[in-house]
Amino acid sequence: MVSERDVEHIAELADIGITKDELGEFTPQFNEILEYFDLLDSVEGTSPATRDLTNIFRDDTVVPGLSADEALANTPEKEDGFFKAPRVM
Amino acid sequence: MASQVCRFDPEDNYNAFLKTVGKAPYEGTGKLAGIPVAVKDNISTKGITTTCGSKILGGYVPPFDAFVVELLKKEGAAIVGKTNMDEFGMGTTTENSAFGPTLNPCDTGRVPGGSSGGSAAAIAAGMVPMALGTDTGGSIRCPSAFCGIVGLKPTYGRVSRYGLIAYANSLEQIGPMAGNVTDVSTLMGVLCACDSRDSTTYDRPYCHTPDINVRGTRIGVPEEFFGKGVDPKVASVVWDGISLLERLGAEIVTCRMPSMSSALAAYYVTCTSEASSNLARFDGVRYGPTSDTKKQWHESFQDHRRELFGKEVRRRIMLGTFALSSGYYGKYYAKAQAARQNVKADFDRLFRQVDVIAGPTMPTIAFKLGEKSDPLSMYLSDILTVPANLAGVPAISVPCGRVDDMPVGLQIMGRHFEDEKVVDVAYAFEQGVSA
Repeated sequence: MVSERDVEHIAELADIGITKDELGEFTPQFNEILEYFDLLDSVEGTSPATRDLTNIFRDDTVVPGLSADEALANTPEKEDGFFKAPRVM
Repeated sequence: MASQVCRFDPEDNYNAFLKTVGKAPYEGTGKLAGIPVAVKDNISTKGITTTCGSKILGGYVPPFDAFVVELLKKEGAAIVGKTNMDEFGMGTTTENSAFGPTLNPCDTGRVPGGSSGGSAAAIAAGMVPMALGTDTGGSIRCPSAFCGIVGLKPTYGRVSRYGLIAYANSLEQIGPMAGNVTDVSTLMGVLCACDSRDSTTYDRPYCHTPDINVRGTRIGVPEEFFGKGVDPKVASVVWDGISLLERLGAEIVTCRMPSMSSALAAYYVTCTSEASSNLARFDGVRYGPTSDTKKQWHESFQDHRRELFGKEVRRRIMLGTFALSSGYYGKYYAKAQAARQNVKADFDRLFRQVDVIAGPTMPTIAFKLGEKSDPLSMYLSDILTVPANLAGVPAISVPCGRVDDMPVGLQIMGRHFEDEKVVDVAYAFEQGVSA
């Protein structure tokens, strides 16, 4: 069982933002879903740490990419050729 | 063949499209020359708005094409629009689109299925002969079944995901949808190509013409596909379909698939975990509406995502974050991977005895709009489609009759890289029905 406080904490971890009203809605839904997930407790076996597959490598060849202008085209918030983001510190 | 040259009429009575292209080029040459093709809105199209059915990508215009879109253009297809979908592919009805639900052309009081509901409805309504969908846990096959069309989820690794806006990378594939098996096969031939930008692709081109002969094909029918939750009327229609294949010379082998009991939980733990990581990129900095740069980072990020993500997307991000969080990883994610391994082992075992596995695509006919308001009951309706995604095997849905005047889909699953075989069985069935 998760409490409204737990759900608030998860929302904080996920940077998802949640209102008080939504806590009352999401919490019972999570409990119903997590109760269903409990059937995994009885699953036997493990997932193998290695599989019969090998990595597929390729040479690191330089190919044309997006220009800075193309990469920045989808935001109005830019400055001196960079994306502008909210303050981190 | 429906794929003759025809012009696209953007009159959209079912909200199948989020965006139509006024001047799609019809002059190309190639296997799809002059054919109008619709593309699901989570597949990047250079210069055409791509939103994933989400407000958080409102107005986003990709600066590049997905590899599959490059391939469509190379073969002369006219890309006529972007189709509606559950936000980021998260849903079974297309009701989770931020831009309103798509309606089922067979009955506008019902959902078209999801998450590729717009693509299925556009085909069922006759607006386009072909479309691209994506399938993470049934999102091509479910709407194909609900709208009475054909849809193929290819073997994992057969079609490049480059340019697909990711939701759950280990499960999802882009695939062909069309009004008949021949067109699905033609489109599959265009989509299958190795791509150095998706390192999970294999160099296994699809050069195939559907073969009607199923004589001697062994078809496994797991009893779990007709278990609890499957509408008996749907089960009966699907059994009639399987009997038709038997009359055409196939051999029916009843079998068991015990791993089905934990497949759905394994699927939802896996896809939400992957989603919680993938969707972290939507921070309002690089695309979509911008976040408030005056606020502190976390405050800005949280406000932005609360306002612009729909509830189902936020629910899945939070569930995935929880499943991966310290102290719960062993209980949820690790167990889900063990259950996923059991599903793969069941398929491996069965495919030593049979060539394909058949059952219903969906447990019921299309839901009424608004019928599945509770998240868990919506999740449970994916039980018959998720096993193929967990194992990475190819699976097709082909129309096989009606219940209460609504279409029912027959699902055929095959061995890895035997997409050709599932197409053949579906083709034999389709031709057998119309014979």
